[in-house]
Amino acid sequence: MTSSRGMIVLKRLAQAIPTLFGVIVVTFIITRALPGDPAAYFAGPAATPESIAQIRAGMGLDKPLPEQFVRYLQDLATGNLGSSISTGQTVLSDVLSRLPASLELTFSALLLALVIAVPLGILAATRQGTFVDHLCRVVVTAGVSLPVFFTGLALVYVFYYILGVAPAPVGRLDFIYISPPTITGFYVIDALLAGDPETAGAAFKQLILPAATLAIFTLAPLARMTRAAMLQVLASDFIRTARAAGLSRRKILFTYAFRNALLPVVTTLGMVFSFVLGANVLVEKVFAWPGIGSYAVEALVVSDYAAVQGFVLVMAILFVVMNLLIDLSYTVIDPRVGFDG
Amino acid sequence: MQRREFLKSSAAVLLGAGLLPLSEVLPAAAAANDTIVVATGATINSLDLHRQGTNRASYQVAINAYDRLVKFGTKTMPDGSLSYDSTKIEPDLAESWTVSDDGKVITFKLRPNAVFSDGSPVTAQDVKWSLDRAVSLGGFPTTQMKAGLMEKPEQFEVVDDKTIKVILPRKSKLTLPDLAVPIPFIINSKVAKAHATEKDPWATEYLHRNTAGSGAFVVERWDPGQQVVYARNDKWTSGPLPGAKRVIMREIPSAATRRALIERGDVDLVFNIPDKDANELKASGKAKVVSTPIENCIYVLALNDKFGPFKDKRVRQAIAYALPYEDIFKTAAYQTGVPMWGADKAEGIAWPQPSPYKQDLEKAKALLAEAGYKDGLTVPLYINLDLASWMEPTALLIQESLAKIGVKTTIEKIPGANWRTAANVERRLEMHLDDFGGWLNYPDYYFFWTYMPGTIFNSSNYDNPEMVKLVNETLDLSVDDPAYAPNIKKMIDIAFEDVPRVPLWQPALSSAMTPKISGYEFWFHRQPDARKLTKS
Repeated sequence: MTSSRGMIVLKRLAQAIPTLFGVIVVTFIITRALPGDPAAYFAGPAATPESIAQIRAGMGLDKPLPEQFVRYLQDLATGNLGSSISTGQTVLSDVLSRLPASLELTFSALLLALVIAVPLGILAATRQGTFVDHLCRVVVTAGVSLPVFFTGLALVYVFYYILGVAPAPVGRLDFIYISPPTITGFYVIDALLAGDPETAGAAFKQLILPAATLAIFTLAPLARMTRAAMLQVLASDFIRTARAAGLSRRKILFTYAFRNALLPVVTTLGMVFSFVLGANVLVEKVFAWPGIGSYAVEALVVSDYAAVQGFVLVMAILFVVMNLLIDLSYTVIDPRVGFDG
Repeated sequence: MQRREFLKSSAAVLLGAGLLPLSEVLPAAAAANDTIVVATGATINSLDLHRQGTNRASYQVAINAYDRLVKFGTKTMPDGSLSYDSTKIEPDLAESWTVSDDGKVITFKLRPNAVFSDGSPVTAQDVKWSLDRAVSLGGFPTTQMKAGLMEKPEQFEVVDDKTIKVILPRKSKLTLPDLAVPIPFIINSKVAKAHATEKDPWATEYLHRNTAGSGAFVVERWDPGQQVVYARNDKWTSGPLPGAKRVIMREIPSAATRRALIERGDVDLVFNIPDKDANELKASGKAKVVSTPIENCIYVLALNDKFGPFKDKRVRQAIAYALPYEDIFKTAAYQTGVPMWGADKAEGIAWPQPSPYKQDLEKAKALLAEAGYKDGLTVPLYINLDLASWMEPTALLIQESLAKIGVKTTIEKIPGANWRTAANVERRLEMHLDDFGGWLNYPDYYFFWTYMPGTIFNSSNYDNPEMVKLVNETLDLSVDDPAYAPNIKKMIDIAFEDVPRVPLWQPALSSAMTPKISGYEFWFHRQPDARKLTKS
């Protein structure tokens, strides 16, 4: 059983290789097709045609496109993602420092969203038309209709500016703290591992408002999906049979109904995760969060080819892994789900 | 271990004698008088100004962590704030210098007690290595050095350990000031050479991540995309020791967040705030705001000679008479800065100075008719999306106003990354807004960059042999030369008569700080100088 699952995982990973290659080719072409000349941009003020040419040669952009592509592939094969000109760092180190920041924020937000959305969705489904159902509808509508930057600024305004209970929105840690030694890249966890509960607490406090901002946005699809899936399952024959057999309400709800409703919720969760990870640019801006979303946008704006390509590649890998994990979780949730198809 | 030490030292700095337990959550800014927290919106991408691709925000490292041979003096502005003084060149690492009679050789004597942050003395060899590096690495540093007539390593000659000669092809007033700009900063060549490789003889990789200077601060930490932490260099000899033991430059991308931080007092200074915030903070009194007009800089509407109708000077003048200057200044600049229109006539040789143009639609129509465009014309108006905060409202007002004289405009927005290619390299934008400012504060230097055919900032493709002759004659002249003032006067007259660039207003650089902060100084390079900042 385990070996066959291992085989399945390997097979799925092998299937991802053409996808990744496609992503590499497409991003390479798209970045080159962007208007604008990065060499002229990075040559800085008072650039002369000679200095622009120098920068262009330094970036390897004076070579024909196929040659640039082959070089890029060679670099990738050795694990070299190139250097970002706009940040002055290697793309790999940028991604390694920024991806955990985004992941920490995204995971916290999703966790928060799940904790609120799933019970809310279940309650709304079981008590249709009541106050809880209306509350769920209001929360969902508000969540999708409030733009993230607005929610973020509003939270900062109320909890930091007016009430003064939230810490200053200056990024992952306040000025007085030093980032903990990197183990997972998640500050709260790293600080705890380093035996520094105080820094962990500080990092946690910084996390609350941005995570809440993202959670408000993400709990909408999750709550809706939970409610819809629960309604569908609760109306099905086997629930009626279970009720008729006199099973306890709790048993019916959680063992039979919720477990069956979980599949679409997990699917939605996967989609929301991948979406949020790249799209939380605005939250990152408002809270000075050094994440991967704002990095990618800034790189794109200045045609920083290596950074854009590196970002897309890492995201593609992340999506492949994420989808694999979600598929695997299906088999855990529902033994009927096979992998063969 | 390092981290523990840093924690300990920052705890000591922040909490004085360490009487309070570290777990006490203190807003860092308010915690201690010897740590200053500055919030900026820009990201620092290198500690080495000479490196290719180093952005503007990174210039501040060359200011705060390095010295130069000479520096500009400081003056007090009418409003009591501090500004650099472009007319005074003072000793920095050089205690004195002599200029040969023909002006072609400047001999600098280094201060005997000058040391780098590692304690080793500053020698003429270090100076030569650093200047060689600035003219050799290419890109912007090399271009800027060229403005001061320094182009090759052979021009820098070591006489002895404490004496260095700069040899010039001819005498120029621009050489000394050009040695005081951020570019020719002096590096500890022993440290740098120890990290140089055959492929990287100028140690660009090492100096990209480390500072090795004699400046007021050393960079203690650099978290790219987040912050730069400066620690005071107690061995600094080029000025009075900074009031702050530690200065934290924190990147806060959102302007709204920066404003909330300064209003709450959680940061000490917000560098370079939008004009709108400057206006509102001044009115509300929630923070101290210092606005300094940027010397030798004007926001202009540039009219490209490549576009047929603009070849006729009457059409350009018509445009200049049709602009709603007053409204633009109110709406786009929030009245921060200096108006640059409506003078009775050009006066003196001050630059920038108000142009003789003011809105006069009848005159504009008459000029247009005279030039044969009675039925008007159609022209695109380009703006740079990076500077949309002032360009967009300005463009809309211009569009509305030009329609009244029959000039139809379509507003085209160009992303910041493409702007330089379009405006300065290809110089193809028919009509666009521009923000050029010259580092060296001489009118002829401004005209050299923007009114000479072929130069990169001449985005109007302006070409007037008389102007070329005047600029070439004047650029090297010293300001007390009898020909200097008349020449400048002529240039200004031509610039206003021909108006290839219609002046709108002189922008200001504004920063907000808590009342406790003093010593904020404006610099032409428009980057924060931490050396004089103190907190009471």
